[in-house]
Amino acid sequence: MKLIGEAGVRRILLGTAFSAISALLLIALFILNEGVPFIFSYGINEFLLSSDWDPQANRFGIYPMIVASLWVTLGAMIVGAPLGVAGAVFLSEFVPRSVMRVVKPTIELLAAIPSVVYGFIGVMVLAPLIRTYLGGPGLSLLAACIILGIMILPTVISISIDSIQAVPQSYREGSLALGATVWQTIHMVTIRAAKSGIIASIILGMGRAIGETMAVIMVAGNAAKIPHSTLDSVRSLTANIALEMSYATGLHRQALFATGVILFVVIMILNSFAIMAIRKRVAKK
Amino acid sequence: MRVPPRHTQRLAIAVLGGATLLTLAVLVFIIFFVLEKGLRIINFDFLLLNSEDMGKAGGIFTTIVGSVILPLLAIGVAAPLGIGTAVYLTEYTVESKLTKIIRFGTDCLAGIPSIIFGLFGFIFFVTMLEMGWSILSGGLTLAFMVLPTIIRTTEEAIKAVPKSYRQVSFSLGATRWQTVKKVVLPNALPGIVTGIMLGIGRSIGETAAVIFTAGSSLRLPGSLFDSTRTMSVHFYILAREGISTDNAYGTAATLIIAVLLVNLSAYWMMNRFIAKRS
Repeated sequence: MKLIGEAGVRRILLGTAFSAISALLLIALFILNEGVPFIFSYGINEFLLSSDWDPQANRFGIYPMIVASLWVTLGAMIVGAPLGVAGAVFLSEFVPRSVMRVVKPTIELLAAIPSVVYGFIGVMVLAPLIRTYLGGPGLSLLAACIILGIMILPTVISISIDSIQAVPQSYREGSLALGATVWQTIHMVTIRAAKSGIIASIILGMGRAIGETMAVIMVAGNAAKIPHSTLDSVRSLTANIALEMSYATGLHRQALFATGVILFVVIMILNSFAIMAIRKRVAKK
Repeated sequence: MRVPPRHTQRLAIAVLGGATLLTLAVLVFIIFFVLEKGLRIINFDFLLLNSEDMGKAGGIFTTIVGSVILPLLAIGVAAPLGIGTAVYLTEYTVESKLTKIIRFGTDCLAGIPSIIFGLFGFIFFVTMLEMGWSILSGGLTLAFMVLPTIIRTTEEAIKAVPKSYRQVSFSLGATRWQTVKKVVLPNALPGIVTGIMLGIGRSIGETAAVIFTAGSSLRLPGSLFDSTRTMSVHFYILAREGISTDNAYGTAATLIIAVLLVNLSAYWMMNRFIAKRS
């Protein structure tokens, strides 16, 4: 390193330190540059609020996809958030540390299972069950909600556990000493103290659900129509991009990038909230 | 009527415990279901032969090659950048507006969905830089994707190195870089390797970002500019286009075993790291 010297090393490291932020800016720049001009030339209202998606006729209304993405994400939250938070509370407050040391990595391991595998389980196991017992085509909004709900469990559980364990032991002891039961302590003291971390885990789960692509394509059915029941086939924003990207050209391709812009903006807003919630927790400590 | 707290507590424990069991049962079911259906398909021929007839027959050899090369290329690019960022943030600067911005950028990058990485890789590497659907385009796109993971884990690993180690090194007259190179990084190495393994695991399982950048050619790639197909993409195509359910299960099982192995070794290394610390 004599060749470069201390100051040189510092400069090189400073350079690498900008890699992540430059990557983010580069991605933002290229996605916005491809999509935003289309949104304005096509008309922002027409693009966001029309239900007419017919690329062959140059009609690009993504309202059904926006509705689908919102429902799918909301549904995944209804399935995944209560289960995940309940699991995190149970594992961190009622289960011995030794068991927890095995269970938590196992749950985190499940976050590493490729999303296509979750999608395939949805197609092979869940969709036939829905078709048989509830009717409809099986590949539906409901199937997507359940599969995504399962997929976000590891994220929600693992971050919630971290924030529950970060609550100082003295809080619990204080409450117990006042005569509260263990459960009263948990829901009146511990969960309240860990609130911002739990909320962050749910927001990050939401980000994962709204951005998930392959699993949703496989289980949601992909009809570009506004759903009227949970058993209808839906197409999310992400699915819309991935399904048509391989053959889209010209205006159609720009419309898909514009779909990406909407997705990007929504995700950035969600992320910022999650990051602020986590920061707040760190600052409080 | 007031329910006594003792009873609410019992009810709460039952509900929470039930939810936990349900969660674990579902997650474990998924792994066993895939392995049960897939392990029957896996044998040496399946792993070592090229696929025939779009994957309907034959093995998955070329997709295994794709699943090894792409993550390695991604890590090869992301690891130096990520480790450099982490070293700068922890050793070369104090908390300031700049570090806050860098951390915020890293956190945001971590939350971007893979389809957006796919779109970006397609327009930037494949189209604008004219790399085409290739290993290079796919690997660079994945590098962007795993960068935040490596930065975060490396930062944690470096922070875990006791301050006294650095003080001793400085007191012996070592410069900052000598201290980083000889004291901090070797001690943080297992944690850094964990981050790299997690990045590899994520790249192996990735589909949306890869299919639009590396393409889906089943031929054995001859250079970095050739298109390739990873196991995840192969599995997606087999399953979605209904080409062969058996081979899809076989590929899925191979994929899960690979991802589990990579992640388990990451945890193993992390635990050894923690054990050595305390």
